[in-house]
Amino acid sequence: MIARVQEWLRDRLGLDELQQLAEHKQIPLHRHTFWYYWGGMTLFLFGIQVCTGILLLLYYRASADEAYESVRFIMTQVSFGWLIRSIHSWSANLMIGAAMVHMFSAFMMKAYRRPREATWLSGMLLFGLSMAFGFSGYLLPWNQLAFFATKVGTDITGAVPVVGPFMLRFLRGGDHITGATLTRFFGFHVAILPAIATMILGVHLYLVQRHGMSVPPQVEDQGTPVPQMKFVPHFLLRDMVGWLAALGGLALLAALLPWELGLKADPYVPAPAGIKPEWYFGWMFQTLRMLPSHIAGLEGELIGIIGIGLAGMVWLLAPFLDDPTGRGPRARFWSGLGVAAIVYITVFTLLVYRGGKP
Amino acid sequence: MDRRRFLDWMIRISGTTLGAFVLYPVVRYLVPPRIPEAVTRRVVAGKVKELQPGSFKIFPFGSQPGLLIRTQDGSFRAMSAVCTHLGCTAQYRGADRMVWCACHNGVYDLEGRNVSGPPPRPLERYDVHVEGEDVVVEKARTS
Repeated sequence: MIARVQEWLRDRLGLDELQQLAEHKQIPLHRHTFWYYWGGMTLFLFGIQVCTGILLLLYYRASADEAYESVRFIMTQVSFGWLIRSIHSWSANLMIGAAMVHMFSAFMMKAYRRPREATWLSGMLLFGLSMAFGFSGYLLPWNQLAFFATKVGTDITGAVPVVGPFMLRFLRGGDHITGATLTRFFGFHVAILPAIATMILGVHLYLVQRHGMSVPPQVEDQGTPVPQMKFVPHFLLRDMVGWLAALGGLALLAALLPWELGLKADPYVPAPAGIKPEWYFGWMFQTLRMLPSHIAGLEGELIGIIGIGLAGMVWLLAPFLDDPTGRGPRARFWSGLGVAAIVYITVFTLLVYRGGKP
Repeated sequence: MDRRRFLDWMIRISGTTLGAFVLYPVVRYLVPPRIPEAVTRRVVAGKVKELQPGSFKIFPFGSQPGLLIRTQDGSFRAMSAVCTHLGCTAQYRGADRMVWCACHNGVYDLEGRNVSGPPPRPLERYDVHVEGEDVVVEKARTS
């Protein structure tokens, strides 16, 4: 009976073709193979986000009068509510961390070289969406930190030349941070961003499947054929060991360091001392904090925002600006740029946690 | 132009027009309407007894937070609490006798002038006077 059902499914769903596709995928084995795990890790943590996010939706109420209370209800009254929310928050942070490792390792291994430019662009888009998920989700508990983080974040958007004022009103749903902003961010977080992310993720995974895994130029130059491992089942099983470890780590973090709720947002209290954004926005926060009020007659904040925007644009266009072969002086310059970016982001993020002082 | 090319162009133009007709209301819908706010020029920010010398309070001035400070000598100062850097709400630090924004470490003096950190402009100053028990804050006459 089971065999007949399996046969029916194989026939109707075309499982043989899917199996062939999965078996076609090979993973190159070399000294940098470790970095291939991080895309799968990011995807796994995204899955955790989707599952816990759906669970949180069952109790969360998106209005300025009820949001904070509903999250408190989840944390204190709902069975394992604290666990679900803490895992959602921790997993969000770990997911962005994993995405960063994935992005930087792809950059340093020059995985964006022809024909994988579109894979890089779709990955960068996904990274931007992850940040947008983080930013929009941060406001949803409607607490004091979230209120000011959103105020600063949307003000930064508002300072962008030409489109800034429009974007600020679009994001806030008005001129100020109010319940209208919360409703908007909720809509972005649970409907618009997931819809876009699912589409882009589909494209990204398709491109990874189509072009296969990139081998770094220095491994290609060794002259010997690179050994391969089948993705299904060998590499996938190794991937799953990592996912199991991540799940254990998440449970540990959620149990030992449950995510705090803080105080309810109040537009008429000052920003609390020691306020800082989520760590992945830290380097930008620290950059804006250290800039003087004016540089060459222009507001320091504007210079900072334009500088960060330009740096992001250069990073995005790396596949088209770097040497397409990944070799030679231009390629070495771009590798140096990657190292400089990693050092800058690491140092400035750490500075945030040292009170802004070196 | 042959019939096929003509029809291709007609389909493209019709499709673009239809797309524009669908998108226009959606884009307009996404932009929130401008709701006129009553212009606030004068509010009762608090009671005299409410504030001890060296303390402060944040009060609503229209839709924005204002900062009312009672200095060590007992006099009142008032200014916008919206930091001119990135819009956080600033506070008074009695020990340092300065106005401070915790978000990016911006510092203003008691006249609202930006003295250190990233704020590019001074805070808007308000006039303050005491009417009986009330501390009344008004937009500065020069503003």
